[in-house]
Amino acid sequence: MDRAAIIGIGMTKVESRKLDKTFADMAFEAVRKALDDAGMTIADIDNVITTSNDFWDGRTISCMAVGDASGASDKNISCVEGDGTFGAFYGLARTLSGSYGTTLVTGHSKGSQSVSSLITNAAFDPIYNRTLGADMITACAMQSNAYMARTGTTPEQLARVSVKNHGNAMMNENAHLGMKLTVKDVLGSEMIADPLHRLDCSPVSDGCCAIIIADEKRAKKSKKKPVWIKGVGMCADAYFLGDRDLSRSESLVKAARTAYKMAGISDPGKEIDLAEVYDAFSYQELMWLEGLGICADADAGKQLEKGSFDIPGRLPVNASGGLMGGHAVIAAGLYRIAEVVRQIRGEAGAYQAKKADTGLAHGVNGLAGQSHCVWILGKDR
Amino acid sequence: MAEKEYIVIESGEAAQPFDYAVGMHGSKFFTELRDNKKLMGVRCPKCKMVYIPPRGVCGPCFEEMKDFVEVGPGGVIGTYTILRFAFIDPETGQQKPVPYGYGFIKLDGADTLFQHYIDIVDEKKIKVGARVEAVFADERKGTIRDILYFRVID
Repeated sequence: MDRAAIIGIGMTKVESRKLDKTFADMAFEAVRKALDDAGMTIADIDNVITTSNDFWDGRTISCMAVGDASGASDKNISCVEGDGTFGAFYGLARTLSGSYGTTLVTGHSKGSQSVSSLITNAAFDPIYNRTLGADMITACAMQSNAYMARTGTTPEQLARVSVKNHGNAMMNENAHLGMKLTVKDVLGSEMIADPLHRLDCSPVSDGCCAIIIADEKRAKKSKKKPVWIKGVGMCADAYFLGDRDLSRSESLVKAARTAYKMAGISDPGKEIDLAEVYDAFSYQELMWLEGLGICADADAGKQLEKGSFDIPGRLPVNASGGLMGGHAVIAAGLYRIAEVVRQIRGEAGAYQAKKADTGLAHGVNGLAGQSHCVWILGKDR
Repeated sequence: MAEKEYIVIESGEAAQPFDYAVGMHGSKFFTELRDNKKLMGVRCPKCKMVYIPPRGVCGPCFEEMKDFVEVGPGGVIGTYTILRFAFIDPETGQQKPVPYGYGFIKLDGADTLFQHYIDIVDEKKIKVGARVEAVFADERKGTIRDILYFRVID
């Protein structure tokens, strides 16, 4: 594969409700930060990909409404509906096509402006499922029960994910839900849908993230040392939840294998220094770590209890606080990429991992992790 | 210092109504459910997997499916949850009374799981693997709610 790198990142602070900002305002802020970070002006951007979801934005062709604020005037702009990592995947493909030296990718969402359970309910099949009223939390609660029943993962282990990530978020100036918690706090919080307590669930937040992808020639001119894209993989599972074994994530296994093969990784648990994974719910961090092959099946909870995934641990997971610290749906996976870039550059401040030469970023879209996108980023070309 | 005033524009009662065609497979499913209290799945001619709800294509085989087979009405709980937080019911726009059970049922004769409510009159009995059966509405209209819920029969 030709080489490509990430040369700029820009993140708005993730907040529960940005009453002072429109979608375009958020995009403008993130894009300007990414340009400053890369030492570029908008004239240096060859094309633009925006990522959004029409239901969450409450308008059709939502991605086009942020074009001007994303600097796409007079440029080729296209849109991806899904997680920000999916938009970045398309942006990478465009860069590697040779047609564009640089690609700006954005992802935005404002969960505060709508009723999130109605939006995620609308993801269900309208003929057979939707009128029964299930939403993302219902689906994920059922997945959590299926996963826990098969692997023996305990509610205490789930709670520890929440404790770790909310704690990490206290050190991240872009997170909005940093909290010092105990396992008892999590298990004592209101039961939303068995087995998920309120503090097992990430919030629904507002935010926009932007990254700039460059080909090798343009990457060499960047202000900061480029963070190289070593491997990517993407795979989708069946749409009907009843078709899937909800206790496993076969699509994540396949996406990860593809990314590892491209990056030349044979033992992910040893070769990856840190990971930012899509912890929309506490159990998901554990389930995804197993799907990613970072630990053995049914072992993530035990590894977590040993401190393996803490910032000083063997392989820090969601050192930024992850989605527990702030979950701008759609943008969330792009934030994971930007956070891994920060780590590899050594710019993560109080939550910097000791060793950060190779990092993994992970994004999800669809009910209960239907589709996954895995990114391996590295310090060395 | 003067307090900041934030201005928002509300969408009001705006709605986007749709009429979703159910297709040939949905027509078979809903008419059998309404008229005969039967649950119909469909079998892939290649891998022999029986899918519920029925649909036209087996994803893994990419084969057309037309071979309808009756499944259930008995089965076992594949996984479940008990909702304890009131969500807005998309049918009524009102908060749904809690708690209520929700699950995926492995119906006898089917290879995929069927999503529906589970009666939680005895919460202790709600577990993965518990035997259940469908309870049908007396007046059926040809919708998924012609099944009221699944109840534990162990």
